[in-house]
Amino acid sequence: MVILIVVAIAVVLTLAFVAAAFNGLVRRRNRVDAAWSQIDVQLKRRYDLIPNLVETVKGYAAHEKGAFEAVTAARSGAMNAQAGGDPAKAAQADNVLTGTLKTLFAVAEAYPDLKANQNFLQLQEELGSTENRVAASRQFYNDSVLSYNTKIQTFPADLIAGAFHFAPREFFSAPDGDDVAAAPAVRF
Amino acid sequence: MAERMDLWAQVAANKRRSVYLMAGFTVLITGVVAAFDIAFAGGPLLIAIAIVVVLTMVWASYFYSDKLAIAAAHALEADTAQYRQLHNVVEELCIAAGIPKPRLYVIDDPAPNAFATGRNPEHAAVAVTSGLLEVMNREELEGVLAHELSHIHNYDILVATIAVTLVGFVALLSDFGLRMLIFGGRRRDNKGDSGVYVLALSMVFIILAPIAAKAMQFAISRRRESLADVSGVLITRNPQGLIAALEKLRDNTTIIAHAPAATAHMWIESPLDMHSKGAHGWFNRRFETHPPIEDRIAALEEVAGTFPIAN
Repeated sequence: MVILIVVAIAVVLTLAFVAAAFNGLVRRRNRVDAAWSQIDVQLKRRYDLIPNLVETVKGYAAHEKGAFEAVTAARSGAMNAQAGGDPAKAAQADNVLTGTLKTLFAVAEAYPDLKANQNFLQLQEELGSTENRVAASRQFYNDSVLSYNTKIQTFPADLIAGAFHFAPREFFSAPDGDDVAAAPAVRF
Repeated sequence: MAERMDLWAQVAANKRRSVYLMAGFTVLITGVVAAFDIAFAGGPLLIAIAIVVVLTMVWASYFYSDKLAIAAAHALEADTAQYRQLHNVVEELCIAAGIPKPRLYVIDDPAPNAFATGRNPEHAAVAVTSGLLEVMNREELEGVLAHELSHIHNYDILVATIAVTLVGFVALLSDFGLRMLIFGGRRRDNKGDSGVYVLALSMVFIILAPIAAKAMQFAISRRRESLADVSGVLITRNPQGLIAALEKLRDNTTIIAHAPAATAHMWIESPLDMHSKGAHGWFNRRFETHPPIEDRIAALEEVAGTFPIAN
């Protein structure tokens, strides 16, 4: 009788542990997925802002055609790469877009009227903020992946992770400094 | 990875100390109630009343303290169009920290300062002074707001609220005990000598408890400021922003108009007058709610030294 009770308690405790560990893993995995889609949300916000920026700059510096076309082309390139779903290509296209935007802002420096334009200043703040959001969402994604991967690789949750096929996730890594420099530079 | 260990270790150590302090509070409150039971007859009834009062206080502060703090500071909701940059910076940091965006308030006051309040990340608010927005550049503003968001993320806002309530409760209880002592409550029959000692000891305890409670509140507050500095850097990954902001706060001696001493521990920099020669300044220096800004800067510089600086 006593043995039966002990066994029953052991079974109940084990089940409780498995359930808690399983739920914890699911929670962390969902956070990783949510963090990943957050990156997409912020990238989309960035793509949506760019046409406005181009229109505003056009009003003051219509003949800087090369800069507009480079930004517009880089924008659709980045959107396509993002839709393609290959993280490495997407990061590469994203860097090209960042480079062309930098050039556009450098061009704007030469136009004092444009620099004083309220709309332009607002767009500059919004775009700067959006770049920060993209970076922030990637940082949060990596933090979430770190927490999830550590959990599924450490005892005792690794037992549950193995039994229920929780696979480790990959970190988002932006290409390092050299690759950024290698992005095609726009010259005028 | 190794260079980041220092930062994580600091966060962990600060958290551990905070847990010890909260445990200390629990022991203290239990002790006071027990001392009451020993010192006065009618213990069970008194304890029951005490428990009802403390629960009511904690409940009320849990739900209403943020509204009270916002109102006491004369803060107004920050308009999204007018304070675009403030909203943008907070949204960026919230994405990085993985918390919902708190409500934002602006206090019309030239003294640069900020505080966070609420009970959890879903019900939180951050208030900044107009002086802060004027004095700080974007990077420094990020540093300050990341510090405030850390208070929310680490549940400091809840701990601060509960701590204030409990300190108030211990003070109330002790005050009540003294009155009963002076005006003669119905004593318990103490047959032996040991009973007298126990009685005397519990009296001393009741008298000293509020001082201990106050000291603990300050210790909690000081710890949490350091923790928020460090975990704020964990959000921005940029210690320089907060270092620059703290240096500006240190060099600015404007005193904020509407900051009751009861809310002093909530601000990023102590809003109380530390510099005046009078009794007020002296008193505030004795009961400091914040670690000296110099120490905070030094701690951050240590972090910055072992931290890959974002450029």
